[in-house]
Amino acid sequence: MKKKRQIGAVLLTLSLVMFAEGCRKKVPAPPPPPKPAVVKETPPPPKPVIASFTVDPSSIERGQSATLRWSSQNASSATIDNGIGSVQPNGSRQVSPSSTTTYRLTVTGEGGEASQTVTLRVTEPAPPPPPPPPAPKKSITSLVEEMIKDAYFDYDKSDIREDARNQLQQNADALKNILQQVSGTVVIEGHCDERGSAEYNLGLGDRRSTAARDFLVQLGVPADRLRVVSYGKERPQCTESNESCWQKNRRAHFVGVE
Amino acid sequence: MKKIFLLSTLSLAAALLVFSQQERSVDMVIPLKLGERPAIAIPDFRGSGDAQKHMVLFNNTLQSEIENAGVFKMVSKSMMPRSNPQVPQDFKESARGTGMALSDWASAPVDANYLAFGYTGIQNNQLVLFAWLYNVKQPANPQVIGKLYFGTSDDKGAQQVAREFAADILKLLGIEGLAGSKIYFVSNRSGEKQIWVMDHDGSNQHVFAPYKQLCTMPSVSPDGSKLAFTMFSPAPIIMMHATESGRKLPFFNPRGSMNAQLTFSGDGSKVVFASQVGGFAQIHVANPDGSALQRLSNTRAVEVEPKINPKTGADIVFVSGRGGPQQIYKMNIDGADVQRLTPGEGQASNPAWHPNGKHIAFSWTRGFEPGNFNVFVMDVTTRDYVQLTHGRGRNENPTWAPDGRHIVFASNRGGQMQIYTMLADGTNVRQLTNSGRNEMPVWSK
Repeated sequence: MKKKRQIGAVLLTLSLVMFAEGCRKKVPAPPPPPKPAVVKETPPPPKPVIASFTVDPSSIERGQSATLRWSSQNASSATIDNGIGSVQPNGSRQVSPSSTTTYRLTVTGEGGEASQTVTLRVTEPAPPPPPPPPAPKKSITSLVEEMIKDAYFDYDKSDIREDARNQLQQNADALKNILQQVSGTVVIEGHCDERGSAEYNLGLGDRRSTAARDFLVQLGVPADRLRVVSYGKERPQCTESNESCWQKNRRAHFVGVE
Repeated sequence: MKKIFLLSTLSLAAALLVFSQQERSVDMVIPLKLGERPAIAIPDFRGSGDAQKHMVLFNNTLQSEIENAGVFKMVSKSMMPRSNPQVPQDFKESARGTGMALSDWASAPVDANYLAFGYTGIQNNQLVLFAWLYNVKQPANPQVIGKLYFGTSDDKGAQQVAREFAADILKLLGIEGLAGSKIYFVSNRSGEKQIWVMDHDGSNQHVFAPYKQLCTMPSVSPDGSKLAFTMFSPAPIIMMHATESGRKLPFFNPRGSMNAQLTFSGDGSKVVFASQVGGFAQIHVANPDGSALQRLSNTRAVEVEPKINPKTGADIVFVSGRGGPQQIYKMNIDGADVQRLTPGEGQASNPAWHPNGKHIAFSWTRGFEPGNFNVFVMDVTTRDYVQLTHGRGRNENPTWAPDGRHIVFASNRGGQMQIYTMLADGTNVRQLTNSGRNEMPVWSK
């Protein structure tokens, strides 16, 4: 149904067009065109010229800025790319790109256009100079090693004898100081000479380090910063079999541990 | 006296009974003393034909197996007659003085109770041992063993038949050999001290528990299934391992700066160890995993090395400084009835129960400067003691073999500390280790 109507409309249009053509009036031919007048030739407009396009300085560190300067002649307008846009034909502009950028200046005048590029190099800023070294902070290990001396014992004894009492008093003062300055704990090692049995000496070494610990705590050294370890006779600092060596091994020895 | 005891095989058992009844006297505290042991003569066996090639090894093996068991007095070869019988038919009483008469072996200078003899030959590509053991003091009916043994016709076979014959001889006295038993010990041969293990004769030495930290003071459960030791981590703690798999077993170490020297009860149901409490190492008892902890001693002295009587489970020997220098004490399993066993002289340490629960081996500086220990054996009831080593450096950590006749100990008699075994009378000393420093042996099933 629809199709039939469309076909009908096309036929109607065709017949109307043919009818209209048949009705056009006949007009006379036009006169010949006049001879062209001889005119004096005008010179073409001068081409625009970019006199200069510079960046100063040509290299910056990131975060610094540089100045683009340009001058041109015969230009009516100018643009610079990289987000700057229209500018005066002569001028300057501060830029601060984050990376090396090549700027293109395009000037346009009646005589056409000209362009020129200039590149601004951007460098990474130099690392800041290292801060002056801080005053070296000593570890608990080296502080204890330097300032805390061994306390010595009699054979098969864990009593704090006179010389050990003096040494432990000095140690207590120094330890209180050290433990305020730095973190970490102090291990009190108990050692024995080689003569008793290894099994008994393990108990005796424990006894010696515990006696030294108790003495220090009495003098105000914080107990929770002290630890007791018996090495018995397993870690002698002197291995000869004579009294001077044995005396060196009958000791409470102090080690700072982070 | 002695000869009368040993006139017959039967009287041998009677003789053993008499030894145990006489243990009260000082020189009889060791279960088997050299003088009371039956004497055995083992002249060299010969091989016919090709069998002779293996007879040096055969004779050495037979000799050392019997000697090492420590139950016989070995008749020196220099005391033996020039010739000896090789088969029972060789015996002729008329040939007295030549070695072919039974009485030649029963009387001085040989004075043996037993004679082992025989020979070997190759039959059907097999080494055959024809062996006899005669009780020469029993001329009417001397044969105790008369048996054939078969082995391969090489050194291995010769060694095997020698061992089998030796085992039969030892069985007569109710002795199981030490074969299969192990010795755990501490060695620093690979750097830090670690727990090592070897066969009873020193062969097959290898590391048992490779830890970086210093490990020492091993002990084995009586059934041989568990090994405990003390590890510095850095404070001393107790470690427990299964011997078969080597696997670590759970053990709860009590709080405190020191837990060490764990040993097992005879049935393995309890452990005792030294743990620091109140500033002093004290004796504690617990379950094998460390649970149900109970403090047994309560002194202001160092108390270490507890050992539960393996036979009765009723008492504990331990080392204490409660009376001054370290001495050996005994108390009940509940901590009551403390008695000092050593007389207070010198320093005493390392008590180790004999499997019979009556004797202890221990080390003691008696008669020497501090540190110069010797191995002693004491009857815990009478407190009689005998000295087994005599002032050759430090002799420490004696422990008994499962047979109750051998002792393993550590000594620096050769310069460096090494492991040695000996018979429980101090004879037949053999060095088992020689690489690095080796100490603290314990003998295990």
